[in-house]
Amino acid sequence: MRHIISVLVENESGVLSRVAGLFSARGFNIESLTVAPVGDEETSRITLVSIGEDHIIEQILKQLNKLIPVLHVADLTDGPHVERELMLVKVTAEQSQRAEILRIADIFRSRVVDATPSTFTIEVTGDSGKLDACLSLLIPLGVTEMVRTGQVALSRGDKGLVKS
Amino acid sequence: MELTGAKIVIQSLLDLGVETVFGYPGGAVLYIYDEIYKEKKLTHILTRHEQGALHAADGFSRVTGEVGVAIVTSGPGATNAVTGLATAYMDSIPLVCITGQVPVPLIGNDAFQEADIVGITRSCTKHNFLVKDVKDLARIIREAFHIAKTGRPGPVLVDIPKDITIHKCEYVHTDSDVNIRSYKPNLKGHIGQIKRAITLLKASKRPMIYTGGGVVLSDAHKELFEFTSIMNAPITNTLMGLGAYPASDGRFVGMLGMHGTYEANMAVSHCDLLIAIGSRFDDRVTGKLEEFAPDAKIIHIDVDPTSISKNVNVDVPIVGDVKLVLEKINQLISTASFKKSKPDLSDWWEMVETWRKKDSLAYSQGESAIEAQYVIQTLCELTKGEAIVATDVGQHQMWAAQFYNFEKPRRWVTSGGLGTMGFGLPAALGAQVAKPNDKVVVITGDGSIQMNIQELATCLQYKLPVVIVILNNGFLGMVRQWQEFFYERRYAETDMMSHQPDFVKLAEAYNALGLRAKLPNEVEPVLKEALASDRCVIVDIHTRPEGNVYPMVPAGAALNDMILL
Repeated sequence: MRHIISVLVENESGVLSRVAGLFSARGFNIESLTVAPVGDEETSRITLVSIGEDHIIEQILKQLNKLIPVLHVADLTDGPHVERELMLVKVTAEQSQRAEILRIADIFRSRVVDATPSTFTIEVTGDSGKLDACLSLLIPLGVTEMVRTGQVALSRGDKGLVKS
Repeated sequence: MELTGAKIVIQSLLDLGVETVFGYPGGAVLYIYDEIYKEKKLTHILTRHEQGALHAADGFSRVTGEVGVAIVTSGPGATNAVTGLATAYMDSIPLVCITGQVPVPLIGNDAFQEADIVGITRSCTKHNFLVKDVKDLARIIREAFHIAKTGRPGPVLVDIPKDITIHKCEYVHTDSDVNIRSYKPNLKGHIGQIKRAITLLKASKRPMIYTGGGVVLSDAHKELFEFTSIMNAPITNTLMGLGAYPASDGRFVGMLGMHGTYEANMAVSHCDLLIAIGSRFDDRVTGKLEEFAPDAKIIHIDVDPTSISKNVNVDVPIVGDVKLVLEKINQLISTASFKKSKPDLSDWWEMVETWRKKDSLAYSQGESAIEAQYVIQTLCELTKGEAIVATDVGQHQMWAAQFYNFEKPRRWVTSGGLGTMGFGLPAALGAQVAKPNDKVVVITGDGSIQMNIQELATCLQYKLPVVIVILNNGFLGMVRQWQEFFYERRYAETDMMSHQPDFVKLAEAYNALGLRAKLPNEVEPVLKEALASDRCVIVDIHTRPEGNVYPMVPAGAALNDMILL
């Protein structure tokens, strides 16, 4: 099963390699990974997506907790949560295809963020399924380049990851 | 007071109560060594290889329970330390290793003797630090000691660039507790879980206690003895757990696992309740996982949550320090009502005694070739089971575990998890430095001893009367045994006979005493002479070349599926 794991870490050098190294050393897989400071300059939040059986995920959570600079670990897929991913796609847009591309962008409530006489760059956000669907329509039209952020997620409701 | 980084290193060590460090100097640690030269309160033991320094600090820690300290230089000095760190990491031994590093402005420039040791050791240390500002130095050293010795102990590395050691800053001695907000090990077991365990303890008709290195590390041997007495259950130790329970006690059924006794493995396979204490269900212990303790409910007490339900699913996990949890359990089972409601175990003990009668460690000593088992049994008798015994890795290690009957904890110094050949001699010298009045013996093989033989010089320099017993069978014996059993006797590259050094002459070359035994009747007198000597001694004992370690559970087989002699 797919799990979204949120890890709050001390914002210090080497933390990301400790987390990533743990996955490679113990044979766990990472589907996606995002990391950024959360605003207080001391902590960063890593969001990981991993696929594995429950006992493997349980080991992953415990092993992450064991790393010294890790403050908190949670499996967001345990409860209700919202997840989002952002994708930028550069699509070949010759005259005959421009209208079609804009229609697809509109269906997925995405925005054109850059345009040239021969390309559009489109920004799409949503859950991973929506991004996949949008991409599958754009590929036949000619995708020059694309990038995805990987998923971020928060639990629903009034509680945060750490009790404040 | 304003001090240089180098002086802060030394002052911090002294303030943390460190009196002895093991190490090897080099370019990046010159300022630190200059302070060692000036500071008479700190004893520095110069090994002949950085790996030796780490193993010596490790041996020092195993026999004292204190944090072992090693200092090495950057680059090759640091990479030589890696095996020592990995050894300590696998056996949860608290060490602090200080490595030199090239000056901060040169880091990443492929400078002379530069290695990214923080990157290299990330997966074989509990934690590691690179000091980038002298103002952080004292705090980091204190945190390193705190992390090394608390929770599940382990090695911590502190990498100090050379320029940091000459920068100055204010140093204030502080006794206040270290506070790391992201590191708070759970030491007190959850009382709800403890009560669930008590319910199982109360109902069990065939309880079995299985304990590991965690009991030694937590100094919980007294609590373990009390617990075992109240439960009146059979108890087995892992390789790392030997000495935590007196071997002479009738409840002790020997070591379990691949080379465990028949009674220990059968009892684990037939119990209805397995109480795992400070042990981690290693593959050498469990054999085939699906058939491990098939009828048993399992209680697991361990300070490290990742050890719980990693290999074997447990029914009642208790995360906490073994000593504190056992204290609580003992308190709850010392009541008259517990004792009254506990089932009678005489049927269970009858089964255990039947297995014990099989005498799975039996061997016979003839008149021509020396059996390794006989050497260790004799050594155990001559030292009354009270010596500190260090080993290398292989057949001799298993024979030592089987035939040296430890009565006390912290006398057994062996590389269990990583299985590091070359560990024994340096670990023994570290132990001898810590315990100058104890007899320290290395039991080793003719293969292993050659892996860190240079440490003889260290033994001689510091007048450490370590007794090195080489069980010399001319083979890498354990590998040969596997080749005999599972590879149709194709002895690929395990013959050590040709070009074997003359170990007696080798001892003499280092100015140690060299002795030899080739016949069974020479074993006892030679060992007596060695043990009576106040010098470092090598005893070269020629044992039967194709002796095997029995019993043996083949890799991947179930514990009750043993090869007996």
